[in-house]
Amino acid sequence: MAIGLHKSEIKNPVLRWVDERLPIFTMLHKEYGTFPTPRNFNYFWNFGALAMINLLIMIATGVFLAMHYTPHTAYAFDSVERIMRDVNYGWLIRYVHMNGASMFFIVVYIHIFRGLYYGSYKAPRELLWMLGVVIFLLMMATAFMGYVLPWGQMSFWGATVITNLFSAFPIIGDDIVTLLWGGFSVDNPTLNRFFSLHYLLPFVIVGVVFLHVAALHVTGSNNPLGIEPKGPQDTIPFHPYYTIKDTVGIVVYLMVFAFLVFFMPNYLGHPDNYIPANPLSTPAHIVPEWYFLPFYAILRAVPDKLGGVVLMFGSILIWFFLPWLDTSKVRSMRFRPIARVALLLWVIAFFVLMYCGSKPAEQPYVLISQIATAYYFAYFLVILPALGKLEKPLPLPESISRAVLGEKALGGGPLPASAAAMPMEKA
Amino acid sequence: MADTAAQSVAQTGTKRDFLKLTATAFAVVGVGAIAWPFIDSLNPARDTLALATTEVDLAPIQPGMAVTVMWRGKPVFIRHRTEQDIAAARAVKLSELKDPATDESRVQRPQWLVMIGVCTHLGCVPLGQRPTDNKGDFDGWFCPCHGSHYDTSGRIRRGPAPSNLEIPPYTFISDTQIRIG
Amino acid sequence: MTRILTALGLLAGLTLASTPALAAGEARPPRDGHFSFAHIFGTFDRAAAQRGFQVYKEVCAACHSMRLLSFRNLLEIGLSEQQVRAIAASVEVTDGPNEEGQMFQRPGRLSDRFPSPFPNEQAARAANNGAYPPDLSVIIKARHNGANYVYSLLTGYQDPPPGVQLGDGMHYNPYFPGGQIAMASVLNEGQVEFADGTPATVDQMARDVVTFLAWAAEPETEQRRRMGIRVMIFLAVAGVLAYGVKRRVWAELKTKPA
Repeated sequence: MAIGLHKSEIKNPVLRWVDERLPIFTMLHKEYGTFPTPRNFNYFWNFGALAMINLLIMIATGVFLAMHYTPHTAYAFDSVERIMRDVNYGWLIRYVHMNGASMFFIVVYIHIFRGLYYGSYKAPRELLWMLGVVIFLLMMATAFMGYVLPWGQMSFWGATVITNLFSAFPIIGDDIVTLLWGGFSVDNPTLNRFFSLHYLLPFVIVGVVFLHVAALHVTGSNNPLGIEPKGPQDTIPFHPYYTIKDTVGIVVYLMVFAFLVFFMPNYLGHPDNYIPANPLSTPAHIVPEWYFLPFYAILRAVPDKLGGVVLMFGSILIWFFLPWLDTSKVRSMRFRPIARVALLLWVIAFFVLMYCGSKPAEQPYVLISQIATAYYFAYFLVILPALGKLEKPLPLPESISRAVLGEKALGGGPLPASAAAMPMEKA
Repeated sequence: MADTAAQSVAQTGTKRDFLKLTATAFAVVGVGAIAWPFIDSLNPARDTLALATTEVDLAPIQPGMAVTVMWRGKPVFIRHRTEQDIAAARAVKLSELKDPATDESRVQRPQWLVMIGVCTHLGCVPLGQRPTDNKGDFDGWFCPCHGSHYDTSGRIRRGPAPSNLEIPPYTFISDTQIRIG
Repeated sequence: MTRILTALGLLAGLTLASTPALAAGEARPPRDGHFSFAHIFGTFDRAAAQRGFQVYKEVCAACHSMRLLSFRNLLEIGLSEQQVRAIAASVEVTDGPNEEGQMFQRPGRLSDRFPSPFPNEQAARAANNGAYPPDLSVIIKARHNGANYVYSLLTGYQDPPPGVQLGDGMHYNPYFPGGQIAMASVLNEGQVEFADGTPATVDQMARDVVTFLAWAAEPETEQRRRMGIRVMIFLAVAGVLAYGVKRRVWAELKTKPA
């Protein structure tokens, strides 16, 4: 079988001809058609598909925006306004791209929360989780560089502040910053390279997403109960059950998205970014986009420059170690009464940081940020490792099918032998 | 009992098919509607369209002279023809022409010939605007790329070009001013 | 889980809602002008926008540029092509170089941008006591609560309260961050004469010019909102259909044991 044509089961002769030489349809059928998926997903499991759709929307709108955008300090602002005013549907494409960034982070934050709540990061899905963290880091870099491109006041000063973070590194810090800028301040060379990278990174993200999905299809999906499927009675084919369920989620997601784009397109942005960049005057309050606020608050919570930078990057890098920091054998927080509360407090700390990040760096916000930052790290470094040993989890259900269908559907007895075969028949 | 069961199965079957069909139709319409803004964004933008007309002052152009102006990124030839030019153009029989057109059909006022200066063969710009240019065998224009000869009415007379030089839409705003486009 | 989701949604909403409050700084919150375009289905009052353009042209344009607008854009607020051509032609535009390599002046055309009162920022500052009159093309979206802010600013000049020491050449306006603004109160009763006979009160002129500026900042607003309504209706129906199909697909799973 290593050499020769693939034994295809596709009926259509043309597709079959292709499939025998490149079994792409067999693969699609296997990975998205009959792929056995736990039967008990809730709507939280939509957000992976939503993130995928969102990535595609960003790439499509981005490619078309790039056809009209000019990456030069003298023209960038005006070229964006030309897109808004003169290009046919330019305003729509730009507003979708701009709000799409916010939607992307909303979707991905919920996706991450889903992973945290249901323990999706635990063995055997550690690498799947870590690839996800890589995607998130790439997203942050892409979003940051994209925000610089319109060359408004927030673009310019955001770029200045964030690139200056690297000057915190001892000895080589200043050289790194000069290297990033390609000059002695954020200027045209910086804008040009940010544009180049902003166009490149999404395709790197696509690559890592592919790995993320490939890893997922090796281990299979986690589920709200956090117990592995024990047999075919616990799973259903991905299509049609989850394709249609994802479709419902996509429509709801598009409604939220459309409402933002058509009725409040600038709500999540900052008005100062409609003032052309001026290297001589800093706006009264520099705030990053909302999705960076929690990390910005962590940065400012530390009175030391290097310490702040280290803690800010550490707040995300620590996610890489989460599979080993959480020592509990139980995945789903449904069965972990104490860890569940601890996680919800962590989420609140995250929102508190987001709020503090939007406020000026003064009391009481600095103190609140410090407390929230402390809890943010304590959750990973103290609470989760300790709870694994101390917490007594609730009893886990015997199997997914038993938990979903209950005693009634199964008549209280053992599973009928025929049940096992049913899902595959439908595929 | 069995009958009713079969009936209800058939009913739900058609209902679901109808529902699925409608839902699929919606998806198709949705995707189509999403595609249009993207496609339309490739069309000329409004500032480009706003520059789609050019006004030209004809007063300084002496008889026998020509000017070239830019219109929609292409050269437009405007020649102030002499009586001889006009007479030569009108003397030609239609049967001698590769792309038959009377001189009268190609001008609004006989002394002013306005044409797009792009050879209809492969898009080169013909010579013949400056007094020193090679005007070709018919005292009109000559395309140096592949040797097409145009007469004083801009009609193709010899060479590979398939048709006469194109006439842009234009109007006389006054006796000495035209608006192209 | 639903409860958690609702709580998180609320929390997110509160956090985001509180964000814009910060840049208001020490300025007094703007008065609500109740503009026709303010609510999410609103449209621009064409007559007001046309009067507003007149106010801009006769008053604001002495110091403020609107460099992103072209004369042709004025067709969108209901001025006729003849009117707009006349407006454009009343302006001298530098074009060139001609065949002799010289720049020359010619009357403006529809495709020309609005002229700027100063050649560059330095010249603008030099002529305005060091202050830079900002470009007004997108001023409404470049300020928090932009329409109400500009409206309040234009009508908000007053004598400084006791104890406030004004800087040289500064004016007191509580709606401006810091309270001291270099721009003098420019609108005076009857300053312009509206062709439609609307009395030119300070409030009227301020409202009209804000309407014009709001249109100038987001000329796509009306098209965007119209399209948005259609998209939302389409998605609502699509959502019901998708949910219906989902219910049916899953129903057959529930009636069978597995």
